[in-house]
Amino acid sequence: MRQFIGRRLGYSLLSLLVLSLTIFLFVRVTGDPATLLVEPGASDDDIAAIHQKFGLDQPLWMQYGLFMLHLMRGDFGQSFYYQTPVLELYLDRLPNSLLLAAVAMTFSLVVGIPTGILAAVRVGRFWDSAGKLFALLGLSLPSFFVGLVMILVFSVYLGWLPSSGTGGVLHILMPAFALGWYFAASHMRLTRSSMLEVLGSEYVKLARLKGLPQSMVICKHAFKNALIPVLTLAGINLVLMINVAVVVETVFAWPGVGRLLYEGISFRDFPVVQGVVIMGGTMIVAVNLLVDVVYAVIDPRIRLEK
Amino acid sequence: MSITSDTLILPARVPSRSGSSRLGDLPLIPIIILGTIAFMAIFANVLAPHNPEIGSLTARFRPPVWQTGGSANHLLGTDQLGRDVLSRLIFGARVSMVVGFTAVIFAGVVGTVLGIIAGYIGGWADQIIMRITDAWLALPALTFAIFLAAIVGPSMWNIVIILGAVYWTRYARVVRGEVLSLKERDFVRLAVVAGCSKWTIMRRHILPNVANSAIVLATLMLGVVIVTEASLSFLGVGVPPPQPAWGLMLSDGKQGLMVGYWWLTVFPGVCIMLMVLSANLLGDWLRVKLDPQLRQL
Repeated sequence: MRQFIGRRLGYSLLSLLVLSLTIFLFVRVTGDPATLLVEPGASDDDIAAIHQKFGLDQPLWMQYGLFMLHLMRGDFGQSFYYQTPVLELYLDRLPNSLLLAAVAMTFSLVVGIPTGILAAVRVGRFWDSAGKLFALLGLSLPSFFVGLVMILVFSVYLGWLPSSGTGGVLHILMPAFALGWYFAASHMRLTRSSMLEVLGSEYVKLARLKGLPQSMVICKHAFKNALIPVLTLAGINLVLMINVAVVVETVFAWPGVGRLLYEGISFRDFPVVQGVVIMGGTMIVAVNLLVDVVYAVIDPRIRLEK
Repeated sequence: MSITSDTLILPARVPSRSGSSRLGDLPLIPIIILGTIAFMAIFANVLAPHNPEIGSLTARFRPPVWQTGGSANHLLGTDQLGRDVLSRLIFGARVSMVVGFTAVIFAGVVGTVLGIIAGYIGGWADQIIMRITDAWLALPALTFAIFLAAIVGPSMWNIVIILGAVYWTRYARVVRGEVLSLKERDFVRLAVVAGCSKWTIMRRHILPNVANSAIVLATLMLGVVIVTEASLSFLGVGVPPPQPAWGLMLSDGKQGLMVGYWWLTVFPGVCIMLMVLSANLLGDWLRVKLDPQLRQL
């Protein structure tokens, strides 16, 4: 067990190393990083200061060392636009993103799991087809289009919901739906296939042979086991939601980290862009590690294989 | 008794081979939609009634023809600069098609080549390629693409390169997995015994056998790539104005939305939706047809 966790931890650290190297190299290969790291129209002194801070006249490996040293200390640089440290900005926005992700996740599970089960139980029938259509649309409709159409219908024509910003419960409904539909579709698909697999297994057949009613078989025996992969995916998706909400947060002017990334682009505020990307990658590597370890604790077969 | 009847019934349930290889259930609707978009893209110069990049400021925010105030001169209305929406949509098809297909092919070629090398050569090559693949897959595609776009700046061909750089990892992972099992098959071993070089084996024996999966994946990626391109343009780091890209049109139309200029958002959005939906339907169909192994993907 300890060996398994050690190996997974090693892989995760390696992934982070490759990620940081990627980000570091991309910035340096494409030109003088100082032009990205100073404000547009900065004086020669400012550029010299950046050269000093990141040791841009030093050999590449020294530069990488300095870059990592700053990251380890939590120093992601200073935002040009807000004139505050990037990490501070990020942590300011994170609660909003978490809230949006939590609501979107709740929606996606509440819709995705029951429809997935229904589709699996009535495979090939009306509910299955309806579920498939719902999933296909969810996976195909770009979230900005869903968001804009909802604004058009619910804010402009009907006037029921506010089109942007934060505030009450009403503000979160549309962004959460626009963000959550895709994930509801993916949860629905996984619930369906996982449920179909479980329904074909021996212990479900046994439960049927015992003469249990259909509802008992599904709720008590099949449901619980079919849920494990779905909840795992949901765990990963929750972190993903925080990091892919750029478009939805931009459409609804929701002040989360995605919106911060958008501001970073539009104000040409490169340290912000870089900070958000590094934080996102780190979070996802961390949650993947967590899921692997939790899975290994639950299921010994996983930690025994190579 | 029951056992014999079971064995008699079973073969009848299995669909016949000739039935599964026929293309009778070709998904017509997606093919027609994609074909129409491709046709629009190729003949944009002939089909578009107006110049997509030049408008007249006297004809701003004209609604579509069937609404009061619309005219037959601008069938789908005009935008904030008085440019014809229909013409911009037609030329936008060109941008989406060119970016979508070249990015998918670019990512596919890079990913397939690296996947075959990682799988067949193994060792250090495998370690390096797969560690990069794993790490890059950890970044959300859109975030990674935004980061790259912020570094290299917006242009249509930069977007193709960025999308290729972001998405090759998906192919590499799938292809490598297939190569690992192909490597152990007899025909590959025979080729080794026959004295074929590694290069020849990869090109002549491995590549044709992973091509199916790569093509299925490419079709499925087409939708993803088009949405990413549109998202980048929507966020202002994609195809630069005044080029007519659908994502850019949506982004421009956003301001007019609150005062009811719905046609500026709805039309480009519907175009993106139709194209992505068709690509996904076609990809799903191909996946079932060509590659049973990918069905669970």
